[in-house]
This record gives sequence, structure tokens and C-alpha cells, in this order.
Amino acid sequence: MSELKLTDVAKTYGPVKVLKDINLDIQTGELIVFVGPSGCGKSTLLRMIAGLEKISGGTLEIEGQVMNDVPPAQRGIAMVFQSYALYPHMTVRENMAFALKIAKVPAAEIDAAVKRAAQILQLEPFLDRLPKALSGGQRQRVAIGRAIVRDPKVYLFDEPLSNLDAALRVATRIEIARLKEAMPDSTMIYVTHDQVEAMTLASRIVVLANKGIAQVGTPLELYETPDNEFVAQFIGSPSMNLLPGKITQTGPQTTVQLDGGGVAVSTIPTQPEDQGRSVNVGIRPEDFVLTEDAPVFQGCVDFTEALGEVTLLYFAKEKDDASEAVIAKLPGIQRNLRGQTVSVAAAPEKVHLFSNGQSMRP
Amino acid sequence: MHPAIQGLLTIAIGVSACVGYFYLSNQILDKVLFPPRGPNAGRNINRANMIRPWLFLFPALAALGLYLAYPVVETLRLSLTDRVPGGGYTWAGLDNYIQMANEPKFWEAMRNNMLWLIVVPAMSTAFGLLVAQLTDRIRWGNLAKSLIFMPMAISFVGASVIWKLVYDTRPAEQDQIGMLNALYIFFGGTDPQTWLTIPFWNNFFLMIVLVWIQTGFAMVILSAALRGIPEETVEAAVLDGANPFQIFFRIKVPQIKTTILVVWTTITITVLKVFDIVFAMTNGQWETQVLANYMYDKLFRANDWGVGSASAMVIMLLVAPILVWNVRNARKEME
Repeated sequence: MSELKLTDVAKTYGPVKVLKDINLDIQTGELIVFVGPSGCGKSTLLRMIAGLEKISGGTLEIEGQVMNDVPPAQRGIAMVFQSYALYPHMTVRENMAFALKIAKVPAAEIDAAVKRAAQILQLEPFLDRLPKALSGGQRQRVAIGRAIVRDPKVYLFDEPLSNLDAALRVATRIEIARLKEAMPDSTMIYVTHDQVEAMTLASRIVVLANKGIAQVGTPLELYETPDNEFVAQFIGSPSMNLLPGKITQTGPQTTVQLDGGGVAVSTIPTQPEDQGRSVNVGIRPEDFVLTEDAPVFQGCVDFTEALGEVTLLYFAKEKDDASEAVIAKLPGIQRNLRGQTVSVAAAPEKVHLFSNGQSMRP
Repeated sequence: MHPAIQGLLTIAIGVSACVGYFYLSNQILDKVLFPPRGPNAGRNINRANMIRPWLFLFPALAALGLYLAYPVVETLRLSLTDRVPGGGYTWAGLDNYIQMANEPKFWEAMRNNMLWLIVVPAMSTAFGLLVAQLTDRIRWGNLAKSLIFMPMAISFVGASVIWKLVYDTRPAEQDQIGMLNALYIFFGGTDPQTWLTIPFWNNFFLMIVLVWIQTGFAMVILSAALRGIPEETVEAAVLDGANPFQIFFRIKVPQIKTTILVVWTTITITVLKVFDIVFAMTNGQWETQVLANYMYDKLFRANDWGVGSASAMVIMLLVAPILVWNVRNARKEME
């Protein structure tokens, strides 16, 4: 069932367009992650769904009801803020109970709801403490508890882990994943700029760029079949290498003569009229393998980063080459490659083709 | 000598004396008292550094002692003595206090001071908070704030003169130039009132002057405090379904509680010392006497230093605890 639907949603600040043509259909029980570079409007979109920002165009529906002009509290949503936004003068219990108190829910019910949320989040020992006496992770749990207590249809998370340190971020991420599993019917929308969070948590990821949606799909869809160069480079770390070249052979398999001298073969089919077309060949660093035969790319290793599980090779660039350095990620420990000339190749099914920024995958 | 040159000379002498004091005293400390040489060099450096802060503090401490601590002690002494005409004094014990306690005018001043103490800080803070909140989001809010802040720049006596005109009374057959009477007549009043002579209520007419002045002060401080409230807590409250009143009273006000207290107590201290307004508008007649004006009456009109000093001690005793509380609150706010 469709829980939340965005149709042609746009946001403008005066003459400045921030978002346009946002179309999205979110199903009940999904965990949707909005990801994109900073300034792409992902938080703005979330705040529009929450009702904290006015929707400049298009419609927002929740459970089939148009919500554009419904006040935030009546939209059936709850939001967790990056800065936790706990009320500093209230205890944990009062923080969680506030919304229900405002809604004049009977005290016994409030008590039960708070107890239940505290139990889920293991906050029982802290119920009578003030937020300032809690650690960052505990505060974020209280913020989540405040959302749970209201039993909303849709949970909104605005970069909830950004203020936590690295170790706590991983732990809280797992906690959120568990929480989602424990509440299979609740729908969640989660904004982050961290692609690891996006990949691990999402049932579907929405990549935002250039004022609109660049691609929507499951994490692996985005990784394996990116629709465009932006998504290809945004998902995955280090980002995908893009090597310019010209198509020399079309058919069920496509051969590209690269400007750098190598030859790449891709399983993406092309039509005869594509012959000679300028394309970008996309290959993920981790898809490169060392080769003795005809290489896709050959270059001098400028420097290496040995991470133990993998070794990153950064190839030297031509002097006035503005493009990014080609990177290869080889499994295990590779010694003594620095300064060597190395040849790498990739399996045809791992080779992506982009024409004018868009994937050539049919 | 031309006064300007005299002034410049005074400044030059004063500044060089200050520089000279700091330079020479440090020189004496380092070169003569504890030179960093010889077998005890390390110990000497430590000792010199322990004494050095006091060298810098000394001028301030001396000035405070001379102009603040000494007058307090001297006032206490004077309050226990009686002046003998023609010079000298006699020891009076608590006589001055007893005499004061037997004067109805003193108790009138006490009562009025308590009234001022309750009404003025409460109203100034409430109006200041209201204005701070209401002007926060509107485009001409800053203009409104500037206008409301302006009375702060007017001296109490100046404000009193302005308000005396507001309360002015003309004979019934003439046009009223006082705004209050003009309005009173306009809305159907028959006889123009002499507002400042109506006992008890005239206290409130005087208090309005101070409220008018202090609202600007409260507004500025509280407006800054309101801006310091994290926006997300307000947004969270919006999402939680709170209406604007609930957001204001249950989210915003509790978060700036300490600032409100500091503003309140600061105004309270001003109120306890109120003198100029009463002096300029009614001079304590028609039951508007306050302690500071009572003290002035005794000291400089009746030439009774004993009772005058005794009333000064009463004012100080009333202010002291509030002052301590105020400083504590201000410190708490800084944490």
C-alpha cells in the first residue's frame, strides 16, 4: 500500500528553485534513505514532508490524503533531529510525554506509552534525568523515543547520527536497523550524506542531485546499475573511475577504444549507429584486476594506500590533466607497486558505459 | 592656566603615574625583593609570581575600599550617633533606628517600596518578554525595539518631566495639555483630575515611569536570550502539536528562566534605590514617599545624619541579599 506519495513537488525561495519535479511513491514499511551531496535539498525535502517548510508546488499525500496544508502535528509523522532537539528543561520522561500531554491523552496511557518506548530503547534507568546528564547516544535514543511514543505513520530522521562519534554511529546505526525490524509496519524516511548509512539501512535509496531525483532504487541496484554518472560516482568508495573513449565495435557486446590507449569491452549492447560515439567508460576501483594481457588501463603507480584487507593504487596523471586520478582497489596486500607501471583490466559485465552522463544500459 | 591645558596635564600626570606605579612596583618586586638569582632563584621566581597579581589588583582594591567599603562603615557609625549643633557628635546607640521606626512616614516609605518592588520588576519583565517575543519575527521589529529601548537613554529626571506633562492638570474651563486628563475628558470625565495627588493610586502613576524606562532593558536582554534558544526545540514542539502559547510558555520561557531571573533581580535593585522619579514628581507628598527619598529628606533637608544614615542602612540591608542572588544567577547563566 502506498503510504506517502510525492507528486511534482517543488520548492522555491523567491526566484531560487531548490527542488523541482520530485515524484516518489513510498510503500508502507519501507525505509527510504535520501542521500546526496550537501546543499542538494535532501533536508529541505524532509522538512517539507514534516510540514516545517511550505511546499511550493505539487502535492504530498499521506495514506491517500493530501497533506500540503495540514499542520505538522496532524500529519501522522514524527521527526528525529540531527541536534536531538530535546527540551533541555524537561526530564527524559517529560520529553517523551510532551506530545501526548499536548494532545490531552489520559495520564495512564501516556505512562504506558513512555514505559514501552523506554523499554524498547533501554532508557528505563534514565527516565528522570535531564538531557544534559545524558551522553550523545542516549540523547539520540531519547529523541527516537519521543517519536516512538507518538506512534506515527511515518518516521522522519534528519541526519540523526551526524553528531555522534564514529564508534557510536555504527552502534546506533545497528540499533536503528533493529528498531526498524521490530516495527515492520512503520515507514521511515532517513536523510544522510553518509553513503554507508544509506547502503546498510535503506530498503530503497533516493539519490538527490541537481534539484531533483537522480535515481531511486535498492542499494545494490544503485551500485550495480547506476543510471547516470552522478549516481555511479556518488555510490561506492572510492568513486567509480570514468575513462573517456570512442565506441569501435557495436553489437551485444561493445568495444571502446579509450583515449588513454587501452581497450574496454562491456556487456552493454549497442546499436550500429553508436559506432564512433564518444562515451565514458565507468569501472569501479574494486573491479580492476591485474593483467598481463591487453589492458584497459596502464599507468605508473603514483602512490599506494595499504589498508590490509585491500590496497589502493593511485595512478599518476598527465601533468595538465584536470580529471581525477584513476584508482584501483586490489584485494589483500600488494607490496612494491609504487613507481611501477601496472596494467589493469576488468570483466566485461563490470564495465559501465555512459553517454552524455546517462547510462547506455537499455 | 587654560582649563583645557589643565585637563590635559591632569590626564598626562594620571596616566604616567599609573604606568609608573605598575612599572616600578614590578621592578622592585623582581630586582630588589625577589631577584631571580643566587641560590634561591627558583623559589624567588615563584614568590614574585604569587605577589604580582596583588600589585595589579591593589589600585582597584584601594579605590573600592575608599569609595565603597569605607562609606558603608562610616554610614553605620553615623547611624549610631547624633550630631551636636556647632560640631562634634554624641553616641546614640539604637536611638536613631527607634526614632525612625516610630515615624509613620518611614513605614509609608517601606510600604511604597514594597509595592514598587512587586509591581515594577514584574511589569517591566513581563512587558519586555512580550515585546521581545512579538518583535522577533516581524520586519519592522527592530524599529519597534529601538523605539521601546529609547527611554533607557533618558535620565530618570528627564523621564519624570515628560510624565509630569502626561499627568498635567489644567482648570476645567481650559484645554487639557496633560494626555491623561485629555483622554479622561474625551471619554466623558467631567472634572480634570490631579492624578499625582490621589493617594495610593499615585504610586502606580509614578511606577509607570520606571516601567516605561526598564521595559527596554528587559526587552534587549530577553530578546537576546530568546534568539539563543535552539530553533530545533521549537520545531520539535511544533511537530509535537504545541500551539504558539504552549510553545512560548512551556518551551521558550523555561529555557530562558535564568535570564528572566537576572533581569528581574537587576530591575529589583534599581527599584529599591529609586529616588529621582519620586523626588522630581511628588517629592514624597501625598503618600508617595520611598526609602531613598526619605533618606534624602532626613540627611539634607532635616540635617539629621543619624536617622538619614539609619535609613541608608535599611536600604543597603534590603538590597544586599537580592544583589547576592543576582550575582549567583548571572554566574549560573554563564555556565
